[in-house]
Amino acid sequence: MKKYGKFAALIVVVVGTLVWLATAGMKENQTYYKTITELAQMGDKAYGTRVRVGGDVEAGSIKRLGNQTVFVLMQDQSRLTVAYTGSDPLPDTFKDGAQALADGKLGKDGTFQAGKIQAKCASKYEAKPGLKPGEQVPNINTGKS
Amino acid sequence: MENLGSLAILLAFCVALYATVAGVIGRLKAKPFLVVSARRAAYVTWALMTVASFVLVSALMRGDFRFSYVAEHSNRTMPMLYKFAAWWGGQEGSLLFWSWLLSTYTAVVVFTNPRRHAGMMPWVVAVLTTIQTFFLILNNFIANPFQMLATDGLIVDVKDGNGLSPLLQYPAMAIHPPMLYLGYVGFAVPFAFAIGSLITKQPGDAWIATTRRWTLVTWLFQSTGIMLGAAWAYHVLGWGGYWGWDPVENASLLPWIAGTAFLHSVMMQEKKGMMKVWNIVLISTTFFLCILGTFLTRSGVVQSVHAFARSEIGKYFVSFLAVGIAAVIFLILERLDYLKSEAQLESVVSRESSFLFNNLILLASCFAVLWGTLFPVISEAISGDKISLDADWYNRLMVPIGLFLLLLTGLGPLFAWRRTSLESLRRNFQWPGVASLVFVGALIAAGIRHFYALISFGFCLFVALTVIIEFYKGAHAISLKSNMNLLRATVELTHRNTRRYGGYLVHMGIVLMFIGFTGHAFNIAEVKELNNGDTMRIGKYELRMVNLAQDENANYSWHRATMAVTKNGEFLGTLEPEKRFYKASRQGTSEVGIRQRPNEDLYLNFGGMSDDNQRAVIQAYVFPLVSWIWVGTLVVIFGTLTCLVPSKVKMQYARTEVVGYTRRDAAVQK
Repeated sequence: MKKYGKFAALIVVVVGTLVWLATAGMKENQTYYKTITELAQMGDKAYGTRVRVGGDVEAGSIKRLGNQTVFVLMQDQSRLTVAYTGSDPLPDTFKDGAQALADGKLGKDGTFQAGKIQAKCASKYEAKPGLKPGEQVPNINTGKS
Repeated sequence: MENLGSLAILLAFCVALYATVAGVIGRLKAKPFLVVSARRAAYVTWALMTVASFVLVSALMRGDFRFSYVAEHSNRTMPMLYKFAAWWGGQEGSLLFWSWLLSTYTAVVVFTNPRRHAGMMPWVVAVLTTIQTFFLILNNFIANPFQMLATDGLIVDVKDGNGLSPLLQYPAMAIHPPMLYLGYVGFAVPFAFAIGSLITKQPGDAWIATTRRWTLVTWLFQSTGIMLGAAWAYHVLGWGGYWGWDPVENASLLPWIAGTAFLHSVMMQEKKGMMKVWNIVLISTTFFLCILGTFLTRSGVVQSVHAFARSEIGKYFVSFLAVGIAAVIFLILERLDYLKSEAQLESVVSRESSFLFNNLILLASCFAVLWGTLFPVISEAISGDKISLDADWYNRLMVPIGLFLLLLTGLGPLFAWRRTSLESLRRNFQWPGVASLVFVGALIAAGIRHFYALISFGFCLFVALTVIIEFYKGAHAISLKSNMNLLRATVELTHRNTRRYGGYLVHMGIVLMFIGFTGHAFNIAEVKELNNGDTMRIGKYELRMVNLAQDENANYSWHRATMAVTKNGEFLGTLEPEKRFYKASRQGTSEVGIRQRPNEDLYLNFGGMSDDNQRAVIQAYVFPLVSWIWVGTLVVIFGTLTCLVPSKVKMQYARTEVVGYTRRDAAVQK
């Protein structure tokens, strides 16, 4: 039926454009989810591949150096040093013990260069309610006393 | 009390199961008493769920910390509003809230349909009570809100609870979940009616007329819930954004997109008897996306900043989805003969065609968002690697989709049914089209080169003009005929056809929101470490720190910077971005300083202190046009409420309608 030909053509154009848009930039917008151990196992492939690494923020490891924030992620026995160089503010949930996702690339020096950080609330089973008497108010940047 | 609560939900489960079985058997075997008992069982379920909810809420308000749910989500110093809101703050409580809402909706459906649709109603109620039974299984056996804290078999009491994260102690956040749930749960009702109509082979569109208001109200709640979340993200989180394409955000958007497509395509069925199969598919999709959304938020299957803890609850949702989808597909295929269209597509330049493309593009965007959200799961299944797609990927797709939709919003309402004549096209679109082109030309001349922004502004003006001209044409005619002033005539015009003109208002609201979205293309950001007295520049503003203070109180410690804002030498006022650290939850929050104006927002965030603890890190942003997003949301809400007002004039129009089916061939008399 000829009239359906026009519809079909238009639909193909619309859907085709969308598929093209979706797939065109997929490579640069992809990041792989890896645990710290998996990242280590990647070997040389790890350098230069955009990865999201998850882990817990090691207590006491958050340090501001210039316009970078450096901290250590840990999972089971593995540890990974991360340097956050992004311009967005660090999320409020980012503190000692929080679960965090660092999005970026592993540098040749073994430090993970992260452009984005996501953090979840610290596990309920670790946080104790309330400050103990005499305990100092924690530092504004690191969340540690 | 906890025993009362546990007993209530257990009984509710039994009663809901009874309602389902009795309703189905009563209908199939023509036993009216069983059908009536099923209806009464729906009321009993509601009563039991209310008792159970009351038990939990009173435990939260009283601070009964023997309940493990209360200990996890409430504490003594929380304000009353948030103690109440803790009902939906955690997994078990929010599932109880879901169940309570569903039982309320079911009771209302039963109450408002005592005699109408007598054929369908038993099935409608049975579908609702089936869903209810599923959620009660979760409430009773998987995520029981009445668990007590216990050691060595004895119930213990903790001195105080963990409390609600201070990030969530914000009024918009308190009502954000209830709004969304009113949306999620609400879509079950039109779904149940659609299934009831399908099972009983209803020849007409009774189910659509009955559920139109339900669907509209549900859609309104869903839209409000989504925008409350966006407003919270903007005002509270400190990064200045309102949407991150996070999986849980997407989970709320998916049923909204499908619901919007449904709201439009039902008009095709009402006016032309077309898209019958498609509408059943759409409302089922919307409902199942609601269940999927509930599943995504709770199961931990995709990484998200919002998600509740990872749990086993996922497999129950997946089973429910699988069984439900299979049942609906089977039912549709079985009843395909009764869903034949009464008219056909005739021209690309027609109202039907614009609805078709509206649905196509909305469903394409729905699929795109779903694809992106589930990509880590899909890629892991295929390649073993969990791959995620970032916000840029979503934006690359959704911006063109949004712009195409915006264009359709202007074209569609002015296309005629079946075929629009060239004369009509010229009459309706010539001046808005020319004006938009001139406008875009002026913007280019003024230096704006951003491709998508230019298109967006052009389309916004185009749609706005078509809507304004529609209002003016009608109001002018009425004001001449009835001797009214133009304003009164506009109100009269809207009242005579609230669906049409309320719809135009909603479209106008969407245009305003798009203006707000487009401002994003011109955002400016600056970061600087400042001492007391230092200045920084951003855009046309000069910011000088006049005070840097820190202190603490019972709840939290804080750092605050007082920034004096000047523009072109003129002093505009002060903003005080602050960073707090809440002691009980050990949680930091950013209290941003925003100067909101129609043309742009000046947004200041206290990022932290420098390493030597001497200077404050101030993040400054200029967000042009962002306030129009919130204004547009209010217009959309107002427009939807207008649509719900009954029209003064009942529209009568000629159309073919199926009134019955027969097995024998009918002989047509010539």
